Amino acid sequence: MGDFLHMGGYAPYVWLSYLLGLAVVLVNLWLPWRAEREVWRQLRRRRSYEEQMNESETP
Amino acid sequence: MWAWLHRLGSPKRFYGWSGTLARWAGWGSLLLGAAGLYYALFASPADYQQGESVRIMYVHVPAAWLSMFIYMNIAFASLTSLVWRIKVADMVAAASAPIGAWFTFLALATGSLWGKPMWGTWWIWDARLTSELILLFLYLGYIGLLAAIEERETAARAAAVLALVGVVNIPIIHYSVEWWSTLHQGATVTKLDKPSIDWTMLRPLLLMAFSATLFYVAVALRLARAELLRREADSQWVRALVDGHQGGGER
Repeated sequence: MGDFLHMGGYAPYVWLSYLLGLAVVLVNLWLPWRAEREVWRQLRRRRSYEEQMNESETP
Repeated sequence: MWAWLHRLGSPKRFYGWSGTLARWAGWGSLLLGAAGLYYALFASPADYQQGESVRIMYVHVPAAWLSMFIYMNIAFASLTSLVWRIKVADMVAAASAPIGAWFTFLALATGSLWGKPMWGTWWIWDARLTSELILLFLYLGYIGLLAAIEERETAARAAAVLALVGVVNIPIIHYSVEWWSTLHQGATVTKLDKPSIDWTMLRPLLLMAFSATLFYVAVALRLARAELLRREADSQWVRALVDGHQGGGER
């Protein structure tokens, strides 16, 4: 295990590379998650607004 | 054939099949990535010259591959949008740009982390590194241009033209290691005769590269779908979709 983490003396370079890779993957998982949450929030807000308008029109 | 393409590109149809494709691509990416990581970190040999630092390659090369592949995709989608006026092509191009920029950054950063122990320097202004840096600027310029122009159609057209002009950089990146003398090593996988890399190293490399490609497909499609919903908010099919989701989960 120690040998594995040591990476033949290249530990900082190797592990930082994999860490950066992980970070980029996480960012790219977060981007669509945020976009989807945002757009659905907008769509639902719009829908409930329309419903309110309809209710106020019909006596 | 063209009628068929146009139908697949119609917003409602696209929303349907892209969701399924994104899901499959996501799971495929996860599986290939898990196998790739196993081989990359545990079940592949150290290099006889570079020792364990060669494992950086399994992050660096897929990132660099993706940086160019995504750019070609943006260019192709831009052409499609300019010539055939397929709306979703714009959205796929725009959705691809941030992903491409991030993976270009990753290719540059891991290259630097590999260059320090192997070449003795973090950075050198040689052809391969410089052209890859220009690719990052192209991505940022593309994203900036899309954001800077208020009117959506004009923005998409301007960005599409920029993307197409920038394609000239892609062969420069690819052939830079042949055209100019450089510290960067030559191609080992895409050589026409036989790849000069051993199977034990090629296996994790291919697994990681396919995993990265599927990851891009999944993320780009999800981003494009969100943008599509935003633009088509007034259409009948999106209204029906929202009604169907009332009380349900977010997706």
